[in-house]
Amino acid sequence: MDLGPYTSFIATSYLAAALVVVLLIGWIAIDYRTQKARLRALEESGISRRSGRAATDIQ
Amino acid sequence: MSLIDLANPTRFLALAARLLPWLALVTVGLLAAGLYLSAVAPDDYQQGATVKIMFIHVPNAWLSMFVWGVMSIASLGTLVWRHPLADVAAKAAAPIGASFTFLALLTGSLWGRPMWGTYWEWDARLTSVLILFLMYLGLMALWRSVEDPTRAARAAAVLTLVGAINLPIIKFSVDWWNTLHQPASVMRMGGPALDKSFLIPLLVMAVGFSFLFITLHVAAMRNEILRRRVRSLQMMQARAYPGSAPASGATGQIVGAA
Repeated sequence: MDLGPYTSFIATSYLAAALVVVLLIGWIAIDYRTQKARLRALEESGISRRSGRAATDIQ
Repeated sequence: MSLIDLANPTRFLALAARLLPWLALVTVGLLAAGLYLSAVAPDDYQQGATVKIMFIHVPNAWLSMFVWGVMSIASLGTLVWRHPLADVAAKAAAPIGASFTFLALLTGSLWGRPMWGTYWEWDARLTSVLILFLMYLGLMALWRSVEDPTRAARAAAVLTLVGAINLPIIKFSVDWWNTLHQPASVMRMGGPALDKSFLIPLLVMAVGFSFLFITLHVAAMRNEILRRRVRSLQMMQARAYPGSAPASGATGQIVGAA
């Protein structure tokens, strides 16, 4: 595929989009693991929700 | 499951767990198809291969406004109906919308240099989108600066609704003022002005990016619900054991939990 004289502009656009999307996915995935770990730590220390259900339960 | 059931965060978490793998699958499929169609799309007779930047730039520009629209509807949910998930939805959408807006500005600038001879021009369209980006950042700063999520939600909802005034300004800026930016060529009276060879890859990429937003938004809402559970458990812990240190792994999160 020949992108002509503006290859750098086109490639930079696509690479920047890919980088931002990967960073967003990574940030959300790490945040999820962090919150789950904090909830587990709190429950293991004897703190539970008023409903009696585990905070990490999803049902 | 009716819509009202989703007002329950626990039910939302259950639904998110079931939906996320499918949403991710559809997103990957659509973006893969869109990238392929973008790669094989012909060069424009005037712009050459730089027209390929459009397939990234336009979906991000659309989503930058769409996400603020979603946040505005969620803000109404916060202020009018006090829906328990409304401010969760608004807060979770802001960083994603900011990312799309940043990409719209960056790719627009990279497209502008070879086509207009400049990376940036202080004209109505570019400036109003830059203002949108700054409003996203301001909203995120507001959320982080107020410890209580309920109080932060009301202030953020008002700011979001005021900021929604910028959306029609962005949309119609190319008609109201002289600007380097081209007028609307897809969503306009009389139908799209683009040839099918450009329109189809553009629409596939736009739908792909829209599914990307939905997927990331559902995942970020799930995280926000969990963050609020952490906060409420930490407050229970502080009441039950005054003066005790937070459980390991939760150090210092009471302030940052909002």
